[in-house]
Amino acid sequence: MKKLINDPADVVSEALRGVEAAHPELRVDHAHKIIYRGDAPRPGKVGLISGGGSGHEPLHGGFVGPGMLDAACCGEVFTSPVPDQMLEATKAVDGGAGVLHIVKNYTGDVMNFEMAAELAATETGVEVVSVVTDDDVAVQDSTWTAGRRGVGVTVLLEKIAGAAAEEGRPLKEVADVAREVNANGRSMGIALTSCTVPANGKPTFELGETEMEVGVGIHGEPGRSRRPLAPAREIADLLLEPILEDLPFRRGDGVIAFVNGLGGTPLIELYLLYGEVARILGDRGITPVRSLVGPYITSLDMAGASVTLLRVTDELLRLWDAPVNTPALRWGV
Amino acid sequence: MADGRITLDELTSWLQEFARLIAEHRSELCELDAAIGDGDHGTNMDRGMQAVVGNLGDGTVGDVLKQAGMTLVSTVGGASGPLYGTFFLRFATAAGGGSELDPTQFASAMRAGLEGIVLRGKAEAGDKTMFDALAPAVQALEAGVAGDFAATLRAAADAADKGRDATIEMLARKGRASYLGERSIGHQDPGATSAALLVSAAATTLG
Repeated sequence: MKKLINDPADVVSEALRGVEAAHPELRVDHAHKIIYRGDAPRPGKVGLISGGGSGHEPLHGGFVGPGMLDAACCGEVFTSPVPDQMLEATKAVDGGAGVLHIVKNYTGDVMNFEMAAELAATETGVEVVSVVTDDDVAVQDSTWTAGRRGVGVTVLLEKIAGAAAEEGRPLKEVADVAREVNANGRSMGIALTSCTVPANGKPTFELGETEMEVGVGIHGEPGRSRRPLAPAREIADLLLEPILEDLPFRRGDGVIAFVNGLGGTPLIELYLLYGEVARILGDRGITPVRSLVGPYITSLDMAGASVTLLRVTDELLRLWDAPVNTPALRWGV
Repeated sequence: MADGRITLDELTSWLQEFARLIAEHRSELCELDAAIGDGDHGTNMDRGMQAVVGNLGDGTVGDVLKQAGMTLVSTVGGASGPLYGTFFLRFATAAGGGSELDPTQFASAMRAGLEGIVLRGKAEAGDKTMFDALAPAVQALEAGVAGDFAATLRAAADAADKGRDATIEMLARKGRASYLGERSIGHQDPGATSAALLVSAAATTLG
């Protein structure tokens, strides 16, 4: 294992020291491993918190700031944060308008956020609404599994719901916007290599030099199939086909097209893949009205990418375009 | 157990013995988890149970077990933290404010803990989870409360071990293992394995 670290046990806490040093506009609670926007709580604004295992940066800490999240709770690498963290963050960001919990659909995350919401209800009286993201179409049998995983849509949802909250809209409306985003977004990913969790020191799964895992999860969960490595134009088809037929996306739809890097794939390859995605969308009569290309929800050092399509209305697009000022997404400011 | 009562000291010993067994089986639990999950069940449970034994408080049976549950929720993370935490929190509520339990009360508290796990994890029999080890153990306890309690606890531990072994042939339907589908068959569930240790610890310390 070659990593830029000191001790595997200190990776999360030491990275938070770096976040604090690099971003004086944020506030870091090291005891609870929470990143706050510096001016939280904002009176009258719905508070947005998310969180999850670390190792997916910039998600979620890189999305804390005006126009997006009020706080991010950081778990150990690939391990859900505990309820104490979300409870603490909920209390700290409540500006009197309630708090939205944005939760990716993984068993541990869902249970820990659920306990935090119960504790918030009994201990604080802060109104909490939870929205769970589950956009990974690679999981085919949702009835007999833990259900579809929350992946790329989470990034888009945090931006769009964040804009709705920034406008001063009430908790119910912000939650409705968040659910609308989740309902209209679909994703699928592909791995060219495994990731290596610092504490384990070796790759999470074995993948041959000439193989790829189609439908991989952001913790290295198995996908739909393992195949011989193919050119990017074929990979774009493999990822888009299940996404397009699932919603389904139709001729005339306007979408935000998001090509995400999983951590170990350079931007030049992500743009190459975006070109293939745009070509296929053009053939189908689907218009990418906005794009996002880059590593935004990663899996440590995994090489690979995911594609997310979000069908947008004018209103969702307006919220997407609203100003945002976070370490990882910044425009209009 | 003296006079058919389980004392607070014995319940404390139960937690300590469970912590010892988790530490002893830490690598095995991680290896089982690596096969169908993310490989940290032993590490996470060991961290949590060491915190529980380092943080044992005074008070009633309910107080001490509630403290254990809260500690697990705060220190384990993943799915095991809420599941084991909820088990002990529900156990504590059912056990109440006394300084000891009789076998019937113990069995009722175990049932309440199991129901907490079901509520939190939505697991059913055969889903390849800790439920598959714990549920038969609770049934054995309830069936034997009127008899020799030491023998009843041993029967419960046997039932938990059998339930744990039965998870090998099951298809996982909950948690990360469920993404493997058919490929989860042939692997023993790590949660059922740690749950069997919990019952085994009870047989050693409460009988």
